[in-house]
Amino acid sequence: MRLIFRYIRRFIGMMILGLLIKIIGTLMDLVLPYILAHIVDNVVPAGERNTIFYWGGIMIICSIIALVGNVIANRIAARVARDTTKSIRHDLFKKVMYLSSERLDKLTIPSLESRLTSDTFQIHRVVGMMQRIGVRAPILLFGGIALTLTLDPVLTLIMVATLPFIGITVYFVSRKGIPMFTEAQAGVDNMTRVVRENAQGIRVVKALSKTDYERRHFDDANRNLVRLEKKANLTMALTNPMMTLFLNIGLAGVILVGAYRVQGGLSEPGVIIAFMSYFTIVTNAMLTITRIFTMMSRGTASANRIKEVLDLEPDLPVIEKGEPAENDGYLIFEDVNFSYNKVKNNLSDINFSLPKGATLGIIGSTGSGKSTLIQLIMRYYDPDSGRILVDGKDVRAYKPEELHAKIGIVRQNDFLYNDTIEENIRFGRDISHEEIVNAAKIAQADGFINETEGGYSHMLTAKGTNVSGGQKQRLLIARALADSPELLILDDSSSALDYKTDATLRRAINENYSDTTTVIVAQRVSSIMNADLILVLENGEIIAAGKHDELMQDCDVYREISDTQLGGAILD
Amino acid sequence: MTDTVKNTDLKTENGRKKRLLIRMFSYVFRYKWLALAALIVMLASNILALLGPSLSGKAINAIEAESGVEIPKVIYFCVLMILAYVVSAVFSYLNSIIMVNLSQKITYTMRKEIFEHLTELPVSYFDKTATGDIISHISYDVDTVNTSLSTDLLQMDAGIVTVIGSLIMMLSISPIMVSVFLFTIPFSILFTRYKTKRIQPYFKARSGKIGELNGYAEEMLSGQKTIRAYSREDVIISRFDAKNEVTTKAYYDAEYHGCVIGPSMNFINNVSLSLISVLGGVLYLYSITALNPIAFLIIDLGNVASFIQYSRKFAGPINEFANIMNEIQSAMAAAERVFRIIDTPAEPADAENAVVLRGVEGDVKLENVKFGYDNTREILHDLSFHAKPGSLIAIVGPTGAGKTTIINLLMRFYDVSGGKISIDGNEITNVTRESLRRAYTMVLQDTWLFHGTIFENIAYGKEGATMEEVVRAAKAAKIDRYIEHLPDGYNTVLSDDGVNISKGQKQLITIARAMLADAPMLILDEATSNVDSRTEHQIQDAMYKLMEGRTCFVIAHRLSTVRNADIILVLKDGDVIEQGSHDELMEREDGFYRALYHSQFDL
Repeated sequence: MRLIFRYIRRFIGMMILGLLIKIIGTLMDLVLPYILAHIVDNVVPAGERNTIFYWGGIMIICSIIALVGNVIANRIAARVARDTTKSIRHDLFKKVMYLSSERLDKLTIPSLESRLTSDTFQIHRVVGMMQRIGVRAPILLFGGIALTLTLDPVLTLIMVATLPFIGITVYFVSRKGIPMFTEAQAGVDNMTRVVRENAQGIRVVKALSKTDYERRHFDDANRNLVRLEKKANLTMALTNPMMTLFLNIGLAGVILVGAYRVQGGLSEPGVIIAFMSYFTIVTNAMLTITRIFTMMSRGTASANRIKEVLDLEPDLPVIEKGEPAENDGYLIFEDVNFSYNKVKNNLSDINFSLPKGATLGIIGSTGSGKSTLIQLIMRYYDPDSGRILVDGKDVRAYKPEELHAKIGIVRQNDFLYNDTIEENIRFGRDISHEEIVNAAKIAQADGFINETEGGYSHMLTAKGTNVSGGQKQRLLIARALADSPELLILDDSSSALDYKTDATLRRAINENYSDTTTVIVAQRVSSIMNADLILVLENGEIIAAGKHDELMQDCDVYREISDTQLGGAILD
Repeated sequence: MTDTVKNTDLKTENGRKKRLLIRMFSYVFRYKWLALAALIVMLASNILALLGPSLSGKAINAIEAESGVEIPKVIYFCVLMILAYVVSAVFSYLNSIIMVNLSQKITYTMRKEIFEHLTELPVSYFDKTATGDIISHISYDVDTVNTSLSTDLLQMDAGIVTVIGSLIMMLSISPIMVSVFLFTIPFSILFTRYKTKRIQPYFKARSGKIGELNGYAEEMLSGQKTIRAYSREDVIISRFDAKNEVTTKAYYDAEYHGCVIGPSMNFINNVSLSLISVLGGVLYLYSITALNPIAFLIIDLGNVASFIQYSRKFAGPINEFANIMNEIQSAMAAAERVFRIIDTPAEPADAENAVVLRGVEGDVKLENVKFGYDNTREILHDLSFHAKPGSLIAIVGPTGAGKTTIINLLMRFYDVSGGKISIDGNEITNVTRESLRRAYTMVLQDTWLFHGTIFENIAYGKEGATMEEVVRAAKAAKIDRYIEHLPDGYNTVLSDDGVNISKGQKQLITIARAMLADAPMLILDEATSNVDSRTEHQIQDAMYKLMEGRTCFVIAHRLSTVRNADIILVLKDGDVIEQGSHDELMEREDGFYRALYHSQFDL
């Protein structure tokens, strides 16, 4: 809840204004019954027709003020709700965009997605609702209690004595309820994940005729969510009858004590009667407050989920520059060790130095740590020991944007999104059309782009489902090249290209980006055989390093890889 | 002319809305007994709650008794009163239980229907629709519909009872005073209708925008690492902001226009009250001053007071109705989106006389196949080839030539726009989709693993696979050592974008999955593109074994892997430009395949 207030504070002026107007409107609404009573009790019996019209006129004026006041106040409430939600959502999205990979993996995308939409939506409802109905109820509650005080303070005390019970109920129910709502929202995450998986894996699901299985799978998630929602709602639903019950027991107490007081001559029956009518007002106000309270519990659960993300301390802090490197390589790994789960090393004792403009090839079996090594250069994760230097500086000493500005990268599974081809290459950077076309040409993408309807302004679908695997990779390479990076990293990013295109592409990169230091992770020996330095990785360790010819001589593993791939050449 | 057009437009628009409403409420109707029970319990609880005041009245009478305060009587009534309230509280909670159950049942059913329909939609739907938008349908839209359906409907029912009761009472007191409502009620109805009509588009926009925002968020979250790699966070955030702005504005607009209804209804009620007071007052004066008052118009003071009481009771629910109308508008907008998914045509049903493929030999024939994903661009122009049972067909060619498209057609993820495909002489449009797809095992370049244990992911290919079978498959795919090194082995849960697993390893797991699924035909679309060649070599035997006796379609770039193919189809721009075995194709002096093959080594 504190989170919501933190944000509302920014719009506090607006909100107070709205609430004031709302109070005026509400008071007008409340005054009407009194005028009515006045007319019936005093004016009509007096028999003056004009006075009747006079009071009737006042009623209409009050109604108009109530109308205008309430409409304006509601609109202001809508505005505050809008602005609050907007800024919470903005901050959350921003936070998520900057989350470190470790945290992103831990929080998971479906959960972040439902926090961004479903949870912020809950908060929107709470903020709006609180302002709209949160004014009248307290006025009625406290006004009602105050009026009873003037009648008979002792009786009021009896009524007020029930409030602690109500408070305790509220406390216990919300203590149980809020975690339940949090759980329910986690159930939403779970359901989201199943839907997301199915949307993404529809081909496999259909190919294996797993429709029934997936339906059961979803049914479990659905049932689970329904169960959690039910539990939370049923717990919250306790408050309403409990509160009413307590209040009415209080009322019985008032009558009983009142009876003794009347008997003792301390009070009169009339007072008790009047007391009753105020009591109804107080009860109704309490009911509204219960509703607000239920909404708030739900909102608190959502707010907590958002807060959990927003309050994450920034990790991977920028450190001091540290010792200069021993040599002047552009990309240097010094005794790097790293493990994802901190149990078994995924990379051990990685050491190498790559001069500026040179090309590094990395090859190794599946799961040998090739992509992990790339992740460390990008500082998605920090090494457990040792350090990595880019352009003479520890990657941890760079601001992320400074480091990333030097690098153009194509990751495995990289992403294209729903926008034009040009925008997908530009990727929001300040790059001219010519540069984009140029990059596309080098990436061997210009040809097919021009053949596509609309050329560079052709719209891609989400995830680029309307281009082929090889086209996707070439667009991604164009994206990496477009900003003339100092360091180009291609993580197995030409696997879907045929050999010819792959070779032409590499030649074009060499010719046009001779200053660019390049790191190529590949399965194909042909992709890296011309590299200045080739690392052969095995179980996270460098088992051999050198040029193609050297490795062919010294490294059995490398020779084996090469032979299996290039064997055909010998036959030819 | 234009007027009549407009009229029919309006009519169909109204008809559409009516159908939408009916369809929405049909969900409640499915649980009519539960809804009825809720209503009864609600009434019981209300009546008991009304009993309270009458008991307290009696208690007060006992205090006011002429013989002085009758304490025992007061205690007696107070105890009764507490009992009544206790019972009422129990009923009220019972009502909540029923209501929560009802609303959750409706939500459950709607979600289930959407999801089950989703599984029947053609693959093209998922290729075109943003995942986030689909998620928004199943979570946000369903919630919105449900909130309105379950709470509002019963409130309305309870309200109707009050309205009718009050109306009868008022009529019995003074029909002439009721006439005030003849002016104000039609006015409120007209006003509400006018307003809701204007608000509807805003609510529609709101639901749509939420879906879009969700779609964008999903897309960008999936690409977060890339966005960070390019430090494009700022740009993406500012684009998100733009969408956020539009979404929250859509919310605001809906509320801006919607929030007028409540206070306006209140206003109309207040005006009625004022008119009634004045009219009551005047009539009363007339009653006592006129010499021969018309009986019809006579009213006494007590009746004026109770008439006003009833009219306030009468006004309450009407006020609520207006608010409920607002809610229903928002529910309708969401329901429309829900129904739009449910109404999206599913994959066309299998042909009436569709046969179930049994004992598939694997004789696949493509004749003059034409296909394009949209009408503007044809990808395959005139494709024909014949795969004999047990043969290995390799499809090679430059990227974008339509290789994956062939797979889409073989599996009937898409249907051909010309020509035909047949298996064992059955045209595949005359075969049930399920049996057709079951005839293939498929390993795709885009691996797909789900949140579940490694065991579950591998066993996915075969109903009821045992641990032994899974381990055997993992061994064959050379992924067993990796798995066994994980702390939880085969029970390790793969998270959505699992850190600890490389793309190559994912591919090996999918291959293991395929090895379990025992189908007569096999499709390998770049199945090992991310697997290193040594591992690929190691699993080669297992792969050959997998391919043995099966008709195989293989897409690969490493031409060494396609050399053993019986037929190599060389695809370029949607045409098969060469066809034959490796040796045949290599003989062609200026052949495309030959050039492609040499380019592997021509570095």
